Amino acid sequence: MSSHSTSITEHNDHDDSHHDDHHHELGFIQKWIFSTDHKIIGLQYGITALSFLAFGFYLMMVMRWSIAYPHQPLPEWMSWVFTDGWKARWLQDGKVTGETYNMFGAMHGTIMVFLGIVPLGFGAFGNYVTPLQIGAPDMAFPRLNMASYWIYLLGGLVMCSSFFFEAGAAKSGWTNYSPLAGFADGQVVNQWLAGQTQWLVGLVLLITSSLLGSVNFITTIINLRVRGMTWMRMPFFVWSMLVTGFLLLLAFPPLEAAGIMQLMDRVAHSSFFMPSGLFTKSEGLADLSGGGSPLLFQHLFWFLGHPEVYVLLLPAFACVSEIIPANTRKPLWGYKSMVYSVLVLGFLSFVVWAHHMYMTGMGAAVSTFFQTTTVLISVPSVVIITSMLISLWGGSIRFTPPMIWACAFIPMFGIGGLTGLPLAFNLADLHLHDTYYVIGHFHYVVAPGILFGFFAGILHWYPKITGRFMSKTLNHLHFWPTLICMNLIFFPMLVQGMAGFHRRWYNGGDAYLSKAADSVNVFGNTVAQHIDLNILMSSGAWLMAFFQIFFIINLFTSWKFGKKVTSDNPWDATTLEWATPTPPGHGNFTKEPITYRGPYEYSRPDCDADFLPQWTEPKRSHTLDTAVVSQEAASSKA
Amino acid sequence: MSPSKFLGIPANFSSHGGQVDHMIDVVHWFMIALFVGWTVFFFYCIIRFWHKNNPKASYDGVRSHLSSHLEIGVIIVEAVLLLGFAFPLWAARVDNWKEVQNLNPNRVRVVGWQFGWTYHYPGSDNKFGRTNPDLISGTNDLGIDYTDPNALDDFTSPILKLPVDQAAVLNIGTKDVIHNYCIVPMRIQQDAIPGRQIPMWFTPIKTLETHVVCAQLCGEGHANMVGSMEVVPKDQYDTWFKSQTESALKTNSPKPPAVAMINP
Ligand code: HEM
Ligand SMILES: [Cu+2]
Ligand SMILES: [Cu+2]
Repeated sequence: MSSHSTSITEHNDHDDSHHDDHHHELGFIQKWIFSTDHKIIGLQYGITALSFLAFGFYLMMVMRWSIAYPHQPLPEWMSWVFTDGWKARWLQDGKVTGETYNMFGAMHGTIMVFLGIVPLGFGAFGNYVTPLQIGAPDMAFPRLNMASYWIYLLGGLVMCSSFFFEAGAAKSGWTNYSPLAGFADGQVVNQWLAGQTQWLVGLVLLITSSLLGSVNFITTIINLRVRGMTWMRMPFFVWSMLVTGFLLLLAFPPLEAAGIMQLMDRVAHSSFFMPSGLFTKSEGLADLSGGGSPLLFQHLFWFLGHPEVYVLLLPAFACVSEIIPANTRKPLWGYKSMVYSVLVLGFLSFVVWAHHMYMTGMGAAVSTFFQTTTVLISVPSVVIITSMLISLWGGSIRFTPPMIWACAFIPMFGIGGLTGLPLAFNLADLHLHDTYYVIGHFHYVVAPGILFGFFAGILHWYPKITGRFMSKTLNHLHFWPTLICMNLIFFPMLVQGMAGFHRRWYNGGDAYLSKAADSVNVFGNTVAQHIDLNILMSSGAWLMAFFQIFFIINLFTSWKFGKKVTSDNPWDATTLEWATPTPPGHGNFTKEPITYRGPYEYSRPDCDADFLPQWTEPKRSHTLDTAVVSQEAASSKA
Repeated sequence: MSPSKFLGIPANFSSHGGQVDHMIDVVHWFMIALFVGWTVFFFYCIIRFWHKNNPKASYDGVRSHLSSHLEIGVIIVEAVLLLGFAFPLWAARVDNWKEVQNLNPNRVRVVGWQFGWTYHYPGSDNKFGRTNPDLISGTNDLGIDYTDPNALDDFTSPILKLPVDQAAVLNIGTKDVIHNYCIVPMRIQQDAIPGRQIPMWFTPIKTLETHVVCAQLCGEGHANMVGSMEVVPKDQYDTWFKSQTESALKTNSPKPPAVAMINP
C-alpha cells in the first residue's frame, strides 16, 4: 500500500479544469433532478431501473401463483396491492385469468428487458463508470444524456400506466407478434387508451432514449479518452460499453420502424403485418385491407431481439471483468482475446436473429445459414467465459462482497450459456422450441447471470459513489439464499421443458393433465408426472422475494451508516475511476489524469505493491513500463 | 441413463424422433463435459488460490495453451453436430418432398383457431376441396367451397386420427392468429402462420393417444388450446376413413334441383 493508493486529489489551477460550472452550488432540483452530470444521471437510471425490476418481479410472483395454484384465488398477501375495482375487472373469483396472465407475462418480459436490465446495465453502470474509466469530465453530450433518461422514464410510465385503463396493459407477449397483437384491444374505441397501443408508444420512446444514449456513449469513448488511454489500455468494461452502444445504435432502428408500422396498423388501419382473410370468432371476417406479412414483424423484432440479449449481457460481463482482477490481484487473463471476442460477438449478433424463428417454416438453406452463425457466436462467448475462469488461476483471491457475486456469475452464466447450445440446432428445437427449457435457459442468463453481475457491480462501486461500504452481513443474507432460490426456480424449468411443458401457460399445464390413473394419454401422463414442480418453483420465487429485502435494506442504510472508506481507492484497484475524489464532484477529476499503462496491472514483479494504477507515474524501477512509456511519449498529443 | 431421459423427456413415437432425442443427448453430454470441466477448475481455483492459501498472486497466471485447445475442441464438436446431425436431418424434414411423396403419405389440413384445432381430410379422392374464408359459417367452420367437386367427399374432424407406420403430411394453417401445432411424443412442431399452409411430415411408429400442444401464444385461451390425436392400426383407420367419407358424400352431394324447389 505505498504511494499508489493515493488518488489525485490536490487542487489544481482552474485553467486546467474542463468545467467552470462545477464550482458554484447547484440547487437541489438542478443537482438531483434535472442534472446533466453523468454520475447523477447514472444514479437516476439505477434507482429507476431497480424499481422497475422490483415491479417486474412482483408481476412474476402473481404469475407464479397462477401457474402453481390455478384453481385457488390469489392470496391476500399478494392481492392487497389491487383496488377492488381492479380485482373485479381482472380476477375471476379471485383467480388469475388467461387474459390477466398474458398481460402480466407480456409486461414482466417487457419491463425486465427494456425498463430494468438495459437501463441498469447501460444507463446506470455505463453512465456512472465509463467517463470515469476513460478519464473524461463527463459524457460528450450531457444534455442528450439527460434527455435520454427522461425519455426513458416517460416511455416506462406510458407503458405501465396502461395497467390502470379499462383495456389493461399489453397482453401479447413481450414479442408482440402480429396478428395477435394487432387484434388485441381492438374493441377499444379510443385506441390511444389501449394498452397494446401504449406499449408501442412506450417502446418508440424507449428506443429513442436508447439511441440518444448510444450516440453519446460512442462519441464519448472515441473522443474523450484522456491522454495515454489508448484503445488497448481501455478497461474491458469500456470495450463492452462501446460494443453495447453500437448494438443499440444499429439494432434498435428496425424495431422502431416495426413499432411505428404496427402502430399504424392499429390507429391508421394500415396492414403492414396483417394478411388478408383472417377470421376470428368474435369479429367474423376481419375488416382489413390485408396483404401484410406477419413474418415481417418477426424478422424486424428479432433483428433487434437478438442483439438485445447482448445489450443485456455485455454490461454484466463488463462489471464482472472489473471485479475479478481487483479481487484476484492479478491481470485479467487474455484481455486482448476478450476484446476481440467482444467485437466478434457484437458483429455476429446481427446475423443470428432467425434462430428465434426456426419453426416458422424455414427451408434448409436459410436454416443452414442461421444455425452456422448461431453456433459460431458461441465461440467468442466461450472465449470470454473461459478467460474469466482462467483469470482466477494463480490469483490471491479475496472474497469481498462483490467478488462472491462475480464468482457465482461464472457457473450460473455457464448453465445459461450451455443450455443455449441445443437451442441453436433446428432439429433439437423440434422438441425444445418454446418450452420451459427456453425459459430456463434465458433466465439462467438474465437472472442468476446478469443480475448477479449487477449486484456485484453495485457492491463494487458503491464505496466510490457514497464513500461507504455496503454491509457484509446483509450481503451474505442476500447472496446465499438468492443463489439457492435461483436454482430452485430455474433448474426445474429445464426439466419441465424437456418433458414438453410449454411457456405462457397461465395454468401451468393443468389443461393438459390426465387426471385418471389409468389414462393412456401420453402427453397427459407426462404432464401429470412433472406438474408438481410448479409448486416448488413458485415457492422458490416467493422465498427469493423475501431475501431481496436484505439487499434493499443494505442499499439504503449503508448510504448513511455503512463503514466509511479510508481511501479514495478502497479496493486498491487500478482503473481511473479510483483516481477521483470520493464521491467524485461535477467534472470528476481534480486534476486531469494521464494513463501510463494497461488497465489491470496487479502483482507486477517489478513493483512492491500488488497493484500499479493506470495513473501512477512510472518510476525507473517499473521496468515493464518503459517500452510503453517511450511509446506514449512519442505519440503524446498534448 | 441418457440426459434427456434423466430430465424427463417422454417416450418417442415417430420414426425421426429417435434422431432428435439422440442429438439432444449428444449435445447434453457435451454440455455436461464442459460444465463439469469448468466447475472442477472453478472450485479448485477458489480454494487453491484463496488469499490465505496463496498470499502472492502471479502476474502471468496460466501460460499454457489449454484454453486454445478447449476452444478448438468446442469448434470441432460443434462442427460435427452441425454437419453430422443438424443439417442433413433438418433437410430430411423440409427439403425432401419427393421421397415423402413416394411414401404415399396421408394428408390432413390442420387448421388452428382461437382456441382449438379442426382437421380437414381430403376424403377418398385424396384431393382437398377449395376453401374460402368468406364461406365460413356455423356449419362450415373451415369455409370449404362445396361447389368444388373435390370438396364433396371432404370431411372434418375434431381429432387427428392417423394410421400407424404410414407417413403423414400435415398442412398447418390458421384462421386467425399464429398458433403452433406441436406433437410432443412425435418430436415435431410447426408454426401456423396466417395466410400460409406449411407442410410438416412424420411417420408414427406406435399407436398412441395424446394431447397436442398449441405452442405459440394465441390469446387468453392459449393454455387451454388442447388438441387431440390418435394413432390407430391401419384397418381401424381405414374403416373410420371410409365411413366418414361416405357420410360426407351423403350430406355434401348437390341435391337434385327438384328438392330445392319444393322448399322455397
Ligand atoms: C429473477 C427472477 C425471475 C423469475 C422467477 C422469472 C420468471 C418468469 C416466468 C415465470 C415467466 C413466464 C413464463 C411463461 O409463462 O411463459 C417469465 C417470462 C419472461 N421473463 Fe422472467 N423471471 C425473472 C427475471 C427475469 C429477468 C431479470 C428478465 C430480464 C430480461 C426476465 C425476462 C423475461 C422474459 C423476456 C419473459 C418472456 C415473457 C413472454 O413470454 O413474453 N425475467 N419469467
Ligand atoms: Cu437470439
Ligand atoms: Cu393457439
